[in-house]
Amino acid sequence: MHPTKPLLTVCLPLIAVALGACGGSSNASGGGSKVSLVAYSTPKEAYSEIIPAFEKTPAGKGVTVTQSYGNSGDQARAIVAGQPASVAALSLEPDIEKLVKAKLVAPDWDATPTKGIVTRSVVVIAVRKGNPKHITGFDDLAKPGIKVLTPNPFTSGGARWNVMAAYGSQIAEGKTPAQADDYLAKLFKNVVVQDKAARDATQNFASGKGDALISYENEAITAQHNGVKLDYVIPDATILIENPIAALTNAGPKAKAFVAYATSRPAQKVFAAKGYRSIIPALVDKKAYPDPPKEFTIAKFGGWDVVSKKFFDPTSSVMQKIEAGLGVSTS
Amino acid sequence: MSARADALAPAGAAGPAGTVGAARGSGRRPGRGSAGRRVGRRRTAPAIGGALATAYLSLVVLVPLAAVVAASTTGGPSAFWHAVSNHQAYAAMRFTVVVSVLVVALNIVTGTLIAWVMVRDTFPGKRFVNALIDLPFALPTIVAGLVLLALYGPSGPAPFDIGFTRAAVALALAFVTLPFVVRSVQPVLMELDREMEEAATSLGARPRTVFRRIVLPNLVPAIAAGAGLAFARALGEFGSVVLISGNIPFKTEVASVFLYGQIESDNTSGAAAVSVVLLVLSFALLLFVSWVSTRGQRRAR
Repeated sequence: MHPTKPLLTVCLPLIAVALGACGGSSNASGGGSKVSLVAYSTPKEAYSEIIPAFEKTPAGKGVTVTQSYGNSGDQARAIVAGQPASVAALSLEPDIEKLVKAKLVAPDWDATPTKGIVTRSVVVIAVRKGNPKHITGFDDLAKPGIKVLTPNPFTSGGARWNVMAAYGSQIAEGKTPAQADDYLAKLFKNVVVQDKAARDATQNFASGKGDALISYENEAITAQHNGVKLDYVIPDATILIENPIAALTNAGPKAKAFVAYATSRPAQKVFAAKGYRSIIPALVDKKAYPDPPKEFTIAKFGGWDVVSKKFFDPTSSVMQKIEAGLGVSTS
Repeated sequence: MSARADALAPAGAAGPAGTVGAARGSGRRPGRGSAGRRVGRRRTAPAIGGALATAYLSLVVLVPLAAVVAASTTGGPSAFWHAVSNHQAYAAMRFTVVVSVLVVALNIVTGTLIAWVMVRDTFPGKRFVNALIDLPFALPTIVAGLVLLALYGPSGPAPFDIGFTRAAVALALAFVTLPFVVRSVQPVLMELDREMEEAATSLGARPRTVFRRIVLPNLVPAIAAGAGLAFARALGEFGSVVLISGNIPFKTEVASVFLYGQIESDNTSGAAAVSVVLLVLSFALLLFVSWVSTRGQRRAR
């Protein structure tokens, strides 16, 4: 019985301390000279250049920027659950809206000169080198025998851009919404892998699976930089991706300064070098990044609020029915 | 006869089937403590130890599990039923259970075989191989998935391509669940009294009969304990299968990936409902395993 007592005297204070620490440290957001950036993972490389540059500017003097990267939806949920954050840079607007709902971001967060947007891109179709299947647009992806990769729109918020690009391409051709829904169903019958996230899908495409990968222009460019052998096609009709950034309400002025810097010319140059389309038109090289003639935005379908409900509600929506339909006809 | 019962003690520690004495002595190396030492600890230690164990279990296991159950019922019983009975959820759960059962069956055979080789055979590099067996536990499962995909996927060096198929899911699960059966059978085999086998042989039993009538009955509780753990692990596995499965609903989508999708789409109560079904399944199975182990132990005596 001797061994128990010392053990106990050691354990109890430890447990007490651990509990106390857990209770006390939540939601200690960075004010003053600390900015915690919580972002989705794709722009990580860009931010790793932008942050040191920001810390050298007069506005960023003495500021330490901490970084956290992850899946956009997960990051939003983590902030709502109390992860310290002063700036949120996420993949799509509904993730920022989660923070608005939790009263962590002001409802007028998009009333900035850039409408709350920090980077742009377009949805493209990555194909094998030389485009052996002659894919020129979304119509080709629904043809029989074409193997398509796109992440699962329920696990990957970013993949919703892909779905809306494909859907919108049909509307741009003059099809009715019902016909466009049918097209999506056909397209998803050709999807051979529904990865959980965009990066996984790129990886699987690189490993030799599929004829085409629906992805973002910046992601395709990054893959090329990393030595993946692929070409990409910018369809005539595709969606303009807009990634939001917002300072949290309880964050200090330095958080706002960081947001301002990220949307300023020097930072935008970094984003442009990483394959994004800058929000400053003069920084977009029209030769490398031509404007798709029939480009559209999410606003065309009523904005993310409407689209999320209509297309991506997990219990009843266009995509939920299409995924459920996969079981009826194929298994 | 008492030698046999002693040999079984490790299995008792692995499953919840141990006697009162064995359960209390589980902090030490099982099967070693003599009855005399245990009597001394019986008076004060259990009260404090019990309180600590209860507090810890509540903090780490019971409260979180209760929270999952609570979250699953936020929408009422009809929402719960809707979440678990929709086609896609049902397909994902059915596939997960079926593939887990297959993988566990495979594990029972190969795990016992590996344990046998590790205990009864001698070969160069045995220690090295022995250490290797636990590595699937140490490797982050997402890496395991990536490696398997790189080897056996479309561009891998293997002459076959099982990437994004149901077989790939089984392979990934076999990889991550390998140590369970091996590690629960190994110590029992080590402590198994070989005189029993020799006696059987000298009475004219063939090797196969010796294995079936003498060795196997002694191993059943350990195999069951390992199989139960492997099944529970396979049911909830995410990292190793998420890449290699391709996540095609109704084909290769496992329950954990389906759940992930529900969470990402802000349907947390639906996700919790499906998890509760998986939890109940696991719990039922673990209870069954503990019943098998106790029965096996009694029969062995």
